Amino acid sequence: MTAPAQTKPRVLIAKPGLDGHDRGAKVVARALRDGGCEVIYTGIRQTPEMIAEAALQEDVDVVGLSILSGAHLELFPRVVEELKKRDLDDVLLFCGGIIPDEDTAELEKLGFKAIFRPGTDTRDIVKFVYDNASKS
Amino acid sequence: MEDIVERFLAGNRRALARVISRIENETPEGREYLRQLYPHSGRAHTIGVTGSAGAGKSTLTGALAAEYRRHGKTVGIVAVDPSSPFTQGAILGDRIRMQDLALDEGVFVRSMAGRGALGGLAPSINDVVAAVDAFGFDYIIIETVGAGQDEVEIAGTAMTTVLVNNPGTGDDIQAMKAGILEIADVLVVNKADHPGADTLASQLQGLLNLSPKDMRRPPIVKTVSTRGEGMQELAAAIAEHREYLDEHGLLQQQREKNARHQVLSAARAILLQRIQAATPDEQLDGLVQRVASRDLDPHTAAEELANVVSG
Ligand SMILES: Nc1nc2c(ncn2[C@@H]2O[C@H](COP(=O)(O)OP(=O)(O)OP(=O)(O)O)[C@@H](O)[C@H]2O)c(=O)[nH]1
Ligand SMILES: [Mg+2]
Repeated sequence: MTAPAQTKPRVLIAKPGLDGHDRGAKVVARALRDGGCEVIYTGIRQTPEMIAEAALQEDVDVVGLSILSGAHLELFPRVVEELKKRDLDDVLLFCGGIIPDEDTAELEKLGFKAIFRPGTDTRDIVKFVYDNASKS
Repeated sequence: MEDIVERFLAGNRRALARVISRIENETPEGREYLRQLYPHSGRAHTIGVTGSAGAGKSTLTGALAAEYRRHGKTVGIVAVDPSSPFTQGAILGDRIRMQDLALDEGVFVRSMAGRGALGGLAPSINDVVAAVDAFGFDYIIIETVGAGQDEVEIAGTAMTTVLVNNPGTGDDIQAMKAGILEIADVLVVNKADHPGADTLASQLQGLLNLSPKDMRRPPIVKTVSTRGEGMQELAAAIAEHREYLDEHGLLQQQREKNARHQVLSAARAILLQRIQAATPDEQLDGLVQRVASRDLDPHTAAEELANVVSG
């Protein structure tokens, strides 16, 4: 009964931008919870600054961004920049939502380690997080 | 290691976030950080906000913090949500209701999972609050879901406990009768924009009137947290409670009580660790088997285990 040091990933799931649908984000949050992660969910309409600030205060290992609006190439670089500003370059980044194939290369260059599109088995997301999150 | 404590004491928020994680995970570094930071804690007014699920605790916490910010005060917030008993995972969603504070440099919000602690609070809550305190915030608000026992636990951690109620949920009054009122220093009727707020307030007042004359009667404050209404009154009621504690020398008494509780429960954890470390698995398994088959009673078995450390 010695409380074992918790080493399970701490994940921020955030929705940048103005679209108001967060069903997908919530499904991912629940899947990660069911996989044993501690998931911080911040709700819709987050600015890049708010997302980075939440990642800092919550000291997360992983940030997952969900987007449906099509504004990812505009918003994601700003999130990455805000994370860098706060020295949070070591967090594992992934994203999900409606993201055209041709944007994959650009997002990978930004540092996104995985892109999950509609129809993804949520177990793959959980596995990805466990395989790649380094508990610092 | 020095470095992170130094940065912490210089006001670096990233260092605070990291220190909290280490303390929360009960790592050796976490223990060391706490050892160094503990003398810096004890200055903030700690406020516990409890009440049933969905009562509006997070919204109220955000609105109260905004009220303190208007007066130039800084606020640390620790919001506890339960962990799943099956997977140990958790969804921590209290920040959703605190968005107005998201970019305020004078506010720091940290979500914590309950991690199955008895009483619903997180096991390391006292240590985490001490760290946030050491950072130098004027106020620390601790949000926890109340389910009977938890309110009592939060009363040990916070100087002032605020119990959030809602109109139209008759079970609240029932719960109060079970002694919960005794731990509430301020009673809030939140969602006062809903019908029945006045009825609930007068029911609560009626209940308070039954308590012994020499007992302090907690004030009742009506709030509409979503609109920030009643926050001035709530802040005033909290300040009035703080003055009451100071005037009656109760703060020191409360601190000693909480310190005793923490020292004893930490000692209990250390002893258990030592027992487990000194007990080969086979020995424990053997004892367990004997108790399971009614060959031995649990207390005699426990004595046998405990002898390793007392001898
Ligand atoms: N009408 C009204 N709604 C409110 C008020 N305060 C909170 N709410 C709403 O009540 C719901 C729950 O609010 P929260 O602040 O999340 O409640 P909570 O007690 O923190 O919930 P848990 O942390 O899940 O237990 C939200 O939809 C809020 O907008 C209020 O004063 N009036
Ligand atoms: Mg809440």
